[in-house]
Amino acid sequence: MLWREEFSVHAAEERYVTRRQFGKFLVLTSLGMLAGNVWILVRSLWRRPQAVAPQAIARTGDLAVGGVKVFRYPGANDPCLLMRTAEDAYVAYSQKCTHLSCAVYPSDDGKRLECPCHEGYFAVEDGRVLQGPPPRPLPRIVLERRGDELWATAVDVGAEKS
Amino acid sequence: MTPGSAPSRGRSAIDGAIALIAVLLIVQMWLLTATLEAFLAGHHGPALPAALLSTALFAACFALYLFIDRVDRASRRGP
Repeated sequence: MLWREEFSVHAAEERYVTRRQFGKFLVLTSLGMLAGNVWILVRSLWRRPQAVAPQAIARTGDLAVGGVKVFRYPGANDPCLLMRTAEDAYVAYSQKCTHLSCAVYPSDDGKRLECPCHEGYFAVEDGRVLQGPPPRPLPRIVLERRGDELWATAVDVGAEKS
Repeated sequence: MTPGSAPSRGRSAIDGAIALIAVLLIVQMWLLTATLEAFLAGHHGPALPAALLSTALFAACFALYLFIDRVDRASRRGP
C-alpha cells in the first residue's frame, strides 16, 4: 500500500526500541538507588558527634507534677517538651513525631504523648512507640540538674553505642 | 511472522530480562528504604552491607541490560 511506503514505520521495531529504552530507564533508576545507598554509607562513615551546647530550660519549681513546658533545643527550630512526671522526675523529648514530624502533645491523663496527625502514641517514661505509624521512639533530651535549674545537655536519638 | 521466529524469541527474552530487572529494582528500593530508616534511627551498622548488596543488584541490572542490548542487536541483524 502506498501509505505504508510513505510512512515506513515498523511497529515491531518501534516496540523493540521502546523496550530497550525502558530497560535503560530501569537501570538508571537502579543506579539512583545505588547512589542513595552509597550516600547513606558515606554519611555513616563520616559522621561526627554533634556537639550541642547545654542550655538551661527551666527551674525545678516552674512545673507542677504533671505539668508540661515547651522549650527549644538544640536549635530554635527544634521544639521539645519538658514534663514533670513525679515530684522529683523530669523527662524531655523532641516534640516532632518520628513519623512525619507533626507536633506531639501529652494525653489528658499525662501517660502518653499523642501525635494527632496519624494517631501515633509514645510512652512518657521512655519515648517508645506504643501505637501507630511512627517507626522510632521520640528523641530524648538528656537532662541535668544544676542547683535548682534543669539543663538540656544532649539529644539521644536511641543510636547504637559505638 | 511465525511465533517461533528469531525476533519473537528475542522479544520474549527481552521481556523476561526487563521483568527480572523490575524485580531486582523493587528489592533495591526496599533496601534503600530500610537502610534510610535505620540510618535516621541512628543505626549505622547496616549501611555497608546494604551498599554492597545494592552494588550487586545494580551490577545484575546492568548485566541484564547488556543482555537486552545484545539480543536486540542480534534480532535486528537477523539470521
